[in-house]
Amino acid sequence: MSPQEIVNGAPLDSAPLNRMLRPTRPFYWSVRREIWENRSIYIAPLAVAGVVMFGLLVGASRLPANAMHMISTLDPVRRSEAMSIPFAIAAGAIMVTAFIVAVFYCLGTLQSERRDRSILFWKSLPVSDLTTVLAKAAVPLVILPVIALVVMLATLLVLFVASAIMLPMNGLAPTLLMASFPIGKVAVVMVYTLVVFTLWHAPIWGWLMLVSGWARRATFLWAFGPPLALCVFERLAFNTSYLASLISYRLTGCLAEAFDTTPTAHGSVHFDLHQLDPLKFMFTPGLWVGLAVAAALFAATVWQRRYRAPL
Amino acid sequence: MACIEAHGLRKAYGDTVALDGINLQVETGRILGLIGPNGAGKTTALNAILGLASYEGELKVLGRDPWRDRDALMRDVCFIADVAVLPRWMRVSQALDYVDGVHPRFDRAKAEAFLAKTSIKMTSQVRALSKGMVTQLHLALIMAIDAKLLVLDEPTLGLDILYRKEFYDTLLNDYFDHSRTIVVTTHQVEEVEHILTDLMFINRGRVVLDSSMEALEQRYAEVMVGPEQIGQARLLGPLHERQVFGRSIFLFDGVDRKRLAELGEVRTPNIADLFVAIIGADAAPAKGVAA
Repeated sequence: MSPQEIVNGAPLDSAPLNRMLRPTRPFYWSVRREIWENRSIYIAPLAVAGVVMFGLLVGASRLPANAMHMISTLDPVRRSEAMSIPFAIAAGAIMVTAFIVAVFYCLGTLQSERRDRSILFWKSLPVSDLTTVLAKAAVPLVILPVIALVVMLATLLVLFVASAIMLPMNGLAPTLLMASFPIGKVAVVMVYTLVVFTLWHAPIWGWLMLVSGWARRATFLWAFGPPLALCVFERLAFNTSYLASLISYRLTGCLAEAFDTTPTAHGSVHFDLHQLDPLKFMFTPGLWVGLAVAAALFAATVWQRRYRAPL
Repeated sequence: MACIEAHGLRKAYGDTVALDGINLQVETGRILGLIGPNGAGKTTALNAILGLASYEGELKVLGRDPWRDRDALMRDVCFIADVAVLPRWMRVSQALDYVDGVHPRFDRAKAEAFLAKTSIKMTSQVRALSKGMVTQLHLALIMAIDAKLLVLDEPTLGLDILYRKEFYDTLLNDYFDHSRTIVVTTHQVEEVEHILTDLMFINRGRVVLDSSMEALEQRYAEVMVGPEQIGQARLLGPLHERQVFGRSIFLFDGVDRKRLAELGEVRTPNIADLFVAIIGADAAPAKGVAA
């Protein structure tokens, strides 16, 4: 990963000093090549953000004239909620997109290099299986969340500016926007939510990449078929659904663990800063169990890639 | 120091024995041709050498154990496994960037100079290049790497004759020097014949011939014999006999050339004929040829 990684292991026996080793950055370039190959990593969130924003703007322009006045008459909490709905829609759409892109990326990445035989090219270069798998794991764990965050922040800004223009046009004070649409707070909630989901979903990415490296074909079926079959079996045989609830906990359980969801006085579930509960999240066993499972799955993926040949 | 050294190298997939305890010694500065029929174990042997597959027995490549020490080994070893392994989505400039970024012995200027002599554009995607151009690109990348061992597994498969010739000529003229070692497998033996220094035949997981090209010329001889001398020729124990235009061509192993000259014109057999003779004899177990 670092230049040292390359230089340290230099053979003592065979390298005359005139063959100078240049420092290299295998991890950095491996991540870059993942992005070259999978351009949907940034195109898909951008496209979705564009579509959602365009839809919201067109929708807002078609609102009845008195809609804005109705908003201004709401009590501050409700108004704040009403005004953050468009952004919540955009942010949700971008996060779901990033999730879907990650699913398909993880399922495809270690299979496609075997299918198109390019694994023989990658393996002809001094990049270890560990570096390769870590670079691939970085896509759902770092690259996609960061891209989602940037796109969400940009969307937030555009919606904010659009609202700032629209309010005075409807005879409302722009200060209303500042008061009811706390842009800084929303940004903090966003970063927190992304971090929480990324850590929480880590074992999912590990599982999908393991299947991708293992299955000869139909990675999608191998990834989702057996868990589904086991759920059905459990239901039919024991009339229980522990596995199904385990899976559903792994998908969205972090919401209950990372946010204080006790209903506020007015019964709203609108997230506010005081509802972020990082301490509770940190001490959730599910987080650490998940990360340990993810580490084991990624380790198995690294080990497995050593033995992989083209399909 | 031997570049590759193997003793009792063995690899089995379940009940199928792909490599049946072969011994191998390739000195630095040699060009070894590894020739064998399909399924003979060539690729298995190369995979073991490249650390792509585990094996039993002893194997040292550049003094290292290729399976355990693969990551370090790949700084000194290059290989072209097949012409069609460059990722199709990649652009030429990206391929250069990537190899430049990960390989400590890559000389980008050299690769660019080589590509400048071709019609390959920096912005082209691999998928848009012809098979011949992909090979040129791969060759440009490989030749710019200052490696000690280059392994080529069917590097010219599916290429037309012009590209095949260019491939080996470039390799020999612009790349090979006596500090490097090349191991090549191919079915088109006539194309590598003139560049090899050593030849190895491998059949059913075993080495059936292992010789330098000089020793080969000493050892094997081919005589074209008229009908009246066939009986005499057969008495000398030919390795192989074939008919061409009504005359018989006998291939002899270790028979004095002076005696053969009495039968007809003596010449050194080409690798293809030798291959047919030795591998053909090997197929019939009773007539196994000592390596």
